[in-house]
Amino acid sequence: MRASWLIAILVLIAAIWPVATFSGYHLFQLTMVVVYAIAILGLAILTGINGQISLGHGAFYAIGAYTTAILMASWDVPYWVTLPVSAVVCAGVGFLVGLPALRLGGLYLALTTFALAVAIPQVLKHKAFETWTGGVQGLVIDKPEAPFDLPLTSDQWLYLFSLFVGVIMYALAVNLTQGRIGRAMRAVRDHAVAAEAMGINLAMLKTRTFAVSAMYTGVAGSLGAIAVAFVAPDSFSVFLSITFFVGLVAGGAASIGGTIIGAIFIEFVPNLADKVSKAAPGAVYGVILIVMMFLMPKGAGGFVADMWRKLVKAGGR
Amino acid sequence: MTALLDVKGLHAAYGETKVLHGLDFAVQQGGVTALLGANGAGKTTTLRAICGMVRTQGAIVLGGKHIEGMATEDIVRLGVAHVPDGRGTFMELTVEENMRLGAYTRPAREATADFDRMFGYFPRLKERFRQQAGTLSGGEQQMLAISRALLLRPKLLLLDEPSFGLAPLIVKEIFGIMRRIKDEEGVSILLVEQNATIALAFADHAYLLETGRIVISGPASDISKDESIRRSYLGY
Amino acid sequence: MEGFIHQVISGIATGGIYASVALALVMIYQATHHVNFAQGEMATFSTYITLTLINIGLPYWVAFLGAVAISFVIGVAIERLLMRPVANAPVLTSVGVFVGLLLIVNSVTGWMFDYTIKQFPSPFSGKPMLGGFLSGHELGSTGVTLAVLISVYLFFKHTRLGLAMRAAAFNPVSSRLVGVRVGWMLALGWGLAAAIGSVAGCMVAPIVFLDPNMMSGILLYAFAGALLGGIDSPLGAVLGGFMVGVIENLGGAYVVGTELKLTLALIIIISVLTLKPSGLMGRKVYSRV
Ligand SMILES: Nc1ncnc2c1ncn2[C@@H]1O[C@H](COP(=O)(O)OP(=O)(O)OP(=O)(O)O)[C@@H](O)[C@H]1O
Ligand SMILES: [Mg+2]
Repeated sequence: MRASWLIAILVLIAAIWPVATFSGYHLFQLTMVVVYAIAILGLAILTGINGQISLGHGAFYAIGAYTTAILMASWDVPYWVTLPVSAVVCAGVGFLVGLPALRLGGLYLALTTFALAVAIPQVLKHKAFETWTGGVQGLVIDKPEAPFDLPLTSDQWLYLFSLFVGVIMYALAVNLTQGRIGRAMRAVRDHAVAAEAMGINLAMLKTRTFAVSAMYTGVAGSLGAIAVAFVAPDSFSVFLSITFFVGLVAGGAASIGGTIIGAIFIEFVPNLADKVSKAAPGAVYGVILIVMMFLMPKGAGGFVADMWRKLVKAGGR
Repeated sequence: MTALLDVKGLHAAYGETKVLHGLDFAVQQGGVTALLGANGAGKTTTLRAICGMVRTQGAIVLGGKHIEGMATEDIVRLGVAHVPDGRGTFMELTVEENMRLGAYTRPAREATADFDRMFGYFPRLKERFRQQAGTLSGGEQQMLAISRALLLRPKLLLLDEPSFGLAPLIVKEIFGIMRRIKDEEGVSILLVEQNATIALAFADHAYLLETGRIVISGPASDISKDESIRRSYLGY
Repeated sequence: MEGFIHQVISGIATGGIYASVALALVMIYQATHHVNFAQGEMATFSTYITLTLINIGLPYWVAFLGAVAISFVIGVAIERLLMRPVANAPVLTSVGVFVGLLLIVNSVTGWMFDYTIKQFPSPFSGKPMLGGFLSGHELGSTGVTLAVLISVYLFFKHTRLGLAMRAAAFNPVSSRLVGVRVGWMLALGWGLAAAIGSVAGCMVAPIVFLDPNMMSGILLYAFAGALLGGIDSPLGAVLGGFMVGVIENLGGAYVVGTELKLTLALIIIISVLTLKPSGLMGRKVYSRV
């Protein structure tokens, strides 16, 4: 327990340090790592901890992004106020979408969410909402400046702001998953029947977990929209959802810390692979998925955790 | 008489749980061997072991050929028919399709001729020929299961509790037909039964299984006569 | 009224494509309880194979059948190499492998045949037929689709191999006990599904044009069709596919407009799961929580 706090603090220090040293673009990339980490964290709570599969979390990311963009562009709402709004909106949508599929097997949820991910760009493009969404063109929003005349560039401020939100989100997630509710979530994943016998209301727990998960990914979408300062339907294709899924698996589905590894992976690997060929990122993702499934069903995070445990054990002897 | 099936030092396990601890037994050519024992003794597991459906150690020799470690499909193709625990009916398919599957490893033309022989044993199946097998009664499903197994033209027939869940009258009828089948088809039988009376009356040799070990073996008639065995193991 | 009939008939024509892909999905689902998320991408790849064979000078139907055969072999190979090791794995693992397969097939397609949109020839004349209700291609492709569906039905119903494949799907343990090689039956099922997908791809490509993401929308309609008909009922899936085709066309023309057709598929999926999770013809779905 103490070791993991130490690691968390070290990670945080390592995370703040680039503000001074990194250039604008690299800082932006790190901001996106934080954003993706929060998005994947949402998925990890759902899939890793509660055992429900979503192939459509890109849709919640999109809804969060659009909520923020619309609030900012149409109503001049300050960027930081949009985050709680988008959290509420995404939790609600998640609750509604998950509801029908949750009572059925995991595969049905995967199917439904996959369908949601494929359909969402069409909805965002639709004429009926064009006045708010900007249709195919999307919306451009202003990049926030550092408040209180702090001597920071916009990129630096954005990074710190995302980091701040990220730390809160992670702290809440750790709190949630290590407490009574977290145990119930894991019980439902591992022994659904026994969990039900113990008095856990399966449907209720699963729908709520889904809502929380959608909320996390939605907030990530909001932060992402603020960071990119632009939203458009085609940035939220089904590939985004699959990317999150890849990040989740790469980081180790059930590991909270692994989500950061997953986020680093999906931010940097496509950039590197893209230099090889346009087809390479997809191929790399696909190969990674299959290899992870075959070799390390717990993912990189789980792998590291296992190694850590073995090291500790070896040291103790 | 020579042994059609000869088993030596058979161990079997489900994962970590060891269930059989070194069985030696044989089924004679043309004979009926009964395997008796209480619930959980490992009778079903023994039959599964012969068919390669569980992890085993030890020698299983069928007609001089070692079959341990072979795939179930290949063992079946050597002429081992297994009427499993719970009868193994293809519920969604028709009676006809179930029977066609029984003859799956043989040329279609031969099979159709064999169907009539099965109807000779079990006329009820002819009436139900086009019906979905899941709608058959328990007794009818047992008849179908035996026919399905015989359609393979097996050398060795493994029967797992054919009397299970059936009314005494039906059990009697089925065992009556089994006698005919044994003579007419020239098949050797390894019979697993809870109902010792009926099994010992049908078999010529019997083994008694207790928690994965053979505790008694001998001619069926001796065992059914032995008062003490009857009282301590067979419970009647 | 005439417009309405036109929409219904052309809905049936596209419905045939959905029905084929839905059937391919259901065949694999029945045998393995897995949903092949890569079914669409595999069909797209097959369509490119057809185009390649046409481009090297083969007559259309030779290329068509050649691609069907190659797809069959690829399907069998994928099952034996990739799917066999995860046959009994938890859902998350199998979904991971299927999505991985989707990504790989998609990338390989893009890498081998590039990402530009290509025209794909139709073997049928483009002239309107049946009093202008249908184009020659729609009529021809519906005919091909129906021929495929009927052959598949006859194969499963009236051949020994078809019976063994069904048996292996329903009850693998008993199938082994009658000597059916269950592993190979699953592989054949994959081959058949890939072959059917290949036909669907070739029939839809002249309408929607060929690019590596051609089938992603169609896969969604096929999901909707399979769920509507009952995901464990092949006949239901075919029926569901045709129904989704008609619903999509009518809905696109009169209700939601063509821009929201994909959303219609989503609505169908959610409605079926909410109102009648077993679909119209499927067995009851048990919660596997
Ligand atoms: N699939 C399995 N996995 C784990 N253990 C099993 C399995 N099948 C059977 N066993 C165990 O193996 C032992 C022997 O079971 P088996 O079915 O062979 O007994 P049996 O003699 O046929 O009993 P019955 O008369 O009740 O059919 C039992 O303790 C049982 O719990
Ligand atoms: Mg038994």
